Amino acid sequence: MLYIPGNNPAMIQQAGVYGCDAVLLDLEDAVALNQKDAARILVRNMLKTVNFYDTEVCVRVNNFHTPFGLTDLEEIVPLQPDNIRFPKTETVADVKEFMKEVRRIEKEHGIKNPTMTIHVMIETAKGVANVYDIAAADPRIDAITIGGQDLTADMGIIKTPDGVGIDYARKRIVMAGKANDLDVLDTIFADVNDDEGLRKETEYIKKIGFAGKALINPRQVDVVHDVFNPTENEVRKAYRVYSEFIKNKKAGIGVFAIDGKMVDAPVVQRAITVLEYAKIDLKEIEKNAG
Amino acid sequence: MTPKFKAQAGTFESSDIMILIEPLEKDSGRKVDISSTVMLQFEEDIKATINQVLDTLQVQDLHLIAKDKGALTQTIEARVETAVKRSLGIQEGTM
Repeated sequence: MLYIPGNNPAMIQQAGVYGCDAVLLDLEDAVALNQKDAARILVRNMLKTVNFYDTEVCVRVNNFHTPFGLTDLEEIVPLQPDNIRFPKTETVADVKEFMKEVRRIEKEHGIKNPTMTIHVMIETAKGVANVYDIAAADPRIDAITIGGQDLTADMGIIKTPDGVGIDYARKRIVMAGKANDLDVLDTIFADVNDDEGLRKETEYIKKIGFAGKALINPRQVDVVHDVFNPTENEVRKAYRVYSEFIKNKKAGIGVFAIDGKMVDAPVVQRAITVLEYAKIDLKEIEKNAG
Repeated sequence: MTPKFKAQAGTFESSDIMILIEPLEKDSGRKVDISSTVMLQFEEDIKATINQVLDTLQVQDLHLIAKDKGALTQTIEARVETAVKRSLGIQEGTM
């Protein structure tokens, strides 16, 4: 997910061509305090007119407890971007208050079947402590994300390249997300000139369960895709596992072996995840296996 | 409505437009001055877009100066709306 400053028309109008899976149009930290009105009006106009192609569009509004949050919602919610991100979420009460306003605005604009989902962003120690309850606070939450810069500031530490200071928070947020079937997205990698550092961090966060990473420059897109995209070998293996699973399922067999290695439900689930990342249609495999 | 203050919105970056507004005396009408990197091709379109926003917001008696660097229509509309609201002192949710 590529962060784009909400007051930068050049970047917003090109957002659909950067090749990332999602863009975040930022009204919060990327916008100076005296430009909040300008960014809000610009993002509103861009949402109405720009073609973002297949790129998912998220808008990060300002926190509800600032002078800007409610005005942001009044302008953005009626346009129903794919998602709205709620920054610095600390408690279930925050989510309830936020969702109450979102639903009020949708009702006032006659939006009966809202499609917009909510991303909650955990950026404080209090948010990390409450993350399990926050993740389950509303059915429209479909992703949870960690804000590493604000979190380290809140904790009074410096974010180091090895990420040790936020490691506990990362893992706790992943577990809370997984427990509630949410996508979990990692924080930004600030040094746009350090591709190796970005690759190393992305490999690590993939290993511990994150589904994606926030980016601050289009140059970072390829590195992150390279890490998250499965290799050809992984896809072939997953295809074979799922194909054999379908055949065995029809024969009433739940556990079987491939090349002497046991294949049970968790192995099949991992294979499905790889195939989904590779955008391979499971129904096609099921048809061929039949 | 008539602007109360001098105000500006936008930047001199590529794909953006800088709008400056200053109030004029009552019944002076509108004065719009445009300079653009795409003046020959789009001067009339830019002027029409600016006037359309001013009509919608029902503002008169102002001098508007636009310095365009190839902004799209929705960007011009956003910057004019922001500048007008700032000049009217009704911008919400900013500092």
